[in-house]
Amino acid sequence: MTDTATFSTLAVVGLLVIFAYAAAATAAVMRARHAGAPWSGAWAAPAREVARLLVGQRTAVVGSDRLLARIGGLLLPIAAILALLVLPLGSHALNDLPVGVVWFNSMEVMAWVAVWMVGWGSNSAWGVVGANRFLSQGLAYELPHMFALITAAVGAGSLRVSDIAAAQSGQLWFVVVMPAAFLVYLISMMGFSFWGPFDQTVGRDIVGGVAAQLSGVDRLVFLGGRYLMLTIGSAMAVPLFLGGDAGPLLPGWVWLVVKTAAVLGVLVWLGQRVPTIRMERFAEISWVVLLPVTILQALVVSIFVVVGWM
Amino acid sequence: MFEAIVFWICAVGSVAAGTAVFRVDSMARATFALLASFILAAVPILLLELTYLGLVIILMMVMEMMIMLVFMLMYMMNPAGLMPMKMVHNNRMSLIVAVVVFAVLAGGALVTQWPQTGRASTVEPTKALGLDIMGPHMLVMVIIGVVLFATMVSVIVLSTAHGRYDRFGDDLRTTPPKDPVRGGLGR
Repeated sequence: MTDTATFSTLAVVGLLVIFAYAAAATAAVMRARHAGAPWSGAWAAPAREVARLLVGQRTAVVGSDRLLARIGGLLLPIAAILALLVLPLGSHALNDLPVGVVWFNSMEVMAWVAVWMVGWGSNSAWGVVGANRFLSQGLAYELPHMFALITAAVGAGSLRVSDIAAAQSGQLWFVVVMPAAFLVYLISMMGFSFWGPFDQTVGRDIVGGVAAQLSGVDRLVFLGGRYLMLTIGSAMAVPLFLGGDAGPLLPGWVWLVVKTAAVLGVLVWLGQRVPTIRMERFAEISWVVLLPVTILQALVVSIFVVVGWM
Repeated sequence: MFEAIVFWICAVGSVAAGTAVFRVDSMARATFALLASFILAAVPILLLELTYLGLVIILMMVMEMMIMLVFMLMYMMNPAGLMPMKMVHNNRMSLIVAVVVFAVLAGGALVTQWPQTGRASTVEPTKALGLDIMGPHMLVMVIIGVVLFATMVSVIVLSTAHGRYDRFGDDLRTTPPKDPVRGGLGR
């Protein structure tokens, strides 16, 4: 690997971490404002939490499966960073695979493995309940999510993420042509990072669920991975639906950053404003409403492509 | 050279992970060992430049094993699978079957006369492989796929204890239906 490539890889991962921190800080500020507490200091709350967790002791219940729990905890941030490989930055991605969309989805479902491993490995009933909640939610959103991704790929005629971004240059952004797919994508990305309405995985009713037994650096890596997953989901929405780096006046990379920040901001805001939805309720909504809607959306876009409007 | 190294790491790793399935004493570890074995077996497919197939195998194996994991834990002998368990039974017979099957498959791979055409890689490899395997039977196989799926759905519908008369009453007019777990649409 050349020096430039190493540098750009580090820069991109660094940017991802900064975004993830900003998401955590924004959520902390919103929580503080909601609680009526002084919120000006809340910006640093995640940093204080990081420091606390870094010096905290790693504890584990007797009989817990430490191997699985640690592999799972590491897998969540690693999967998020690997998903970043195919994100086009300007003209090229770190590794612009011809089937980038499939790569992205493969790395996302690694979150299922990671979260389940952590929940199970903690040897706690709450952990197992949270882990199984995550899977049952996952089964509900994964098919609509796949159809949403495929719709964008059909619109561009390619599974390469940079091709999908390029197909929108000088044309209507895919968010206008396929709004349902965009909406389903955002919903399922919140699901993958068990964020907002999907936070039952780490719900308060099961005393923190999957994260109930996590402490010290294990907790830091796991919850950090959650924010990384949310961030990479927001970043990938830009080439898939929001025209990539296209935009007036400013250079492309600024638009990438601005659009990613906007999507991430919306997800963080939604996460604080939308109440938790129980997974059995979401399962019916997803199978009865979201799945048919995304199939119809894919059909409409396919017809557009065949007719030659796209 | 690079491809050979990756192939051998994956080949040895896949067999080792497959062995681990029967050496560990927890259903969760056994499942993840099996998943690791499948993923390591998918990497050589990536080496053949069948990128799409390789990634789809990884994607599907992850999702499938996670679902299988829940079922395996549910159906296990001890509650929730929280106790250690033995992963092997009928040792001698299963060992014989495993060795014979491995010998047949590996021997078959070694003695087969593989074509040496050295076809240019300009063809889309995924499409070429599909045509080679399916040939003129593509339509039949596609239809069989749909029939299989319809069969699975029908079996579940027929075997569920909670049918439409339970949900909607004898005259099928009860609204909202009586479900053990209410969904999110208030139907």
